[in-house]
Amino acid sequence: MFGGVAGGIGERLGVDPVIVRIAFVVLSYAGAVGVVAYLLAWSLSLDPRDPRAPKRRERSTGQAVAFGSMVLGIVLVFRSSGLWLGDAVGIPLLIAAVGAGVVYAGTAREGRTRWRPASFRDSPFGRPSLISLFAGGALVVGGVVWFLTMNRSFQGVYAVALAVGATVAGLTIVFGPWAYRLVNQLGEERRDRIRSEERSELAAHLHDSVLQTLALIQRNAGSPRKMASLARRQERELRMWLYGPATAGWPGRLEAAVQNMADAIEEAYEVTVEVVVVGDCALDDQTNAVVHACREAATNASRHAGVGEISVYIECEPGRVTAFVRDRGKGFDVHAQPAGRGIADSIRGRIERHGGSVSITSAPGEGCEVQITMPLRGSVQ
Amino acid sequence: MTRVFIVDDHRLFLSGVRAELEGRVELIGEASDVDAAIQGIRAAKPDVVLLDVHMPGGGGKAVIAGVEESHPDVKFLALSVSDAAEDVISLIRAGARGYVTKTIGPDELVEAIRRVNEGDAVFSPRLAGFVLDAFAGEIEVVSDPEIDQLTAREKEVLRLIARGYTYKEVAKRLSISVKTVETHVSAVLRKLQLSNRHELTRWASDRRLV
Repeated sequence: MFGGVAGGIGERLGVDPVIVRIAFVVLSYAGAVGVVAYLLAWSLSLDPRDPRAPKRRERSTGQAVAFGSMVLGIVLVFRSSGLWLGDAVGIPLLIAAVGAGVVYAGTAREGRTRWRPASFRDSPFGRPSLISLFAGGALVVGGVVWFLTMNRSFQGVYAVALAVGATVAGLTIVFGPWAYRLVNQLGEERRDRIRSEERSELAAHLHDSVLQTLALIQRNAGSPRKMASLARRQERELRMWLYGPATAGWPGRLEAAVQNMADAIEEAYEVTVEVVVVGDCALDDQTNAVVHACREAATNASRHAGVGEISVYIECEPGRVTAFVRDRGKGFDVHAQPAGRGIADSIRGRIERHGGSVSITSAPGEGCEVQITMPLRGSVQ
Repeated sequence: MTRVFIVDDHRLFLSGVRAELEGRVELIGEASDVDAAIQGIRAAKPDVVLLDVHMPGGGGKAVIAGVEESHPDVKFLALSVSDAAEDVISLIRAGARGYVTKTIGPDELVEAIRRVNEGDAVFSPRLAGFVLDAFAGEIEVVSDPEIDQLTAREKEVLRLIARGYTYKEVAKRLSISVKTVETHVSAVLRKLQLSNRHELTRWASDRRLV
């Protein structure tokens, strides 16, 4: 009823809160165990809105019975083991505990008023922490003093130790949970700060990239090709940012290298390069040569084919890499074409030096396809 | 005309597709969340559903699951901005007959709808690449070679599609009819849906999740 602990435990265990409250009262007679347990549970429990808080469980009679028996068992164990404190100890402790309870109720309410209606916050009950701190403190001190006077029969060092112990215990009961709460709140604030930093980073990113691109697209509305290229570049950037490099393959592997190559060509020539990679293998001299040859072929297609889309397909099989660079552009007569345009040196020369072969299929009006086959000397991973 | 139902939670995209398809197919309804889609499709009984992959409340997969049992004749064509392999494969395995990205042109989209309506499969180059990847390599224990492996011809067709060839171009290149190409692709789709080949899952985890 003070801090909703009974309700919380009831929710967690699936037991009516009333039963839990009765259990606490019963346990209080076992040397104030109930009160201490209540306060401990309260300070350790989390606000239901806290993402770390456990979920509620459905209520059931079985749960209630089990819980009741458990509490009864604890009481009996305490009693039979002689830990059943007499009135001389029990009552002062109870007072001290109630005092401590008043202190927590006051300080904790401050935290809870944050989501209470404003009218309630302005009422005289809105800031009770100072009053309750003093009232509770007085109760605690009174309880401890009473406890010490009632137990004078203890002699010498034993009595001093008991006094020190009782004081330390009293202070711990008063300030321990409060300190714990404070640390908890600090953690919450830290999470809030991280969240807001993430938000501003997101805003900054969207501003720098997406909004700029949208502005550019509006200004280039007359040129569909330029617009498509801008949109594509932004899409790539955003994907990279959202999903990380995993979408573009692993660094040092063929797939990532092909993807980078395609991105560079898209940016330089305002074309779309559709990349499909089947399998993946490590990047070495030979596979690097394939990537460079593909780059050359795609560059040629961007420059000369007169179309906005180029397809690149690369397949890695055990012992062999095959690549195709294809466009549906104007094509050319393969036999009439004088050596040059990069084909002889950058494509054929490079691939043949590394032990592969190149074949070019094209005819005027029928696009062009460059096929590269590279048998791998090393093993494929 | 093909009766088409569109499911997409992006209003802007929805109206764009509607404008593109107007007059070329019969648009009989649209929905922008999973529950509305399931109810709408059950009521309207369309031939083809254009289905967004990512939606609140379970996405395209939940829509297929909610409709499939009562209306097995409804065909699904997945349409998405997502290129992630596991999204594509999982929707196909749930029962979609094809997958195209949202950047597809209007003519290609109409053609894809027609194909799906006729019971064939629609493979974009990327999807063809994913499938080749998933079925790549030998495995020692093949529970059902009919389902767990692609034939040489099917691989050949898929490779050409992955290289950017249209079905028509594939047919010309292999000197077969377009119908035969469609038959091969549909067979691949069936294998993709039925195969329990462990590679399918292992491959997905290799790609993205590790």
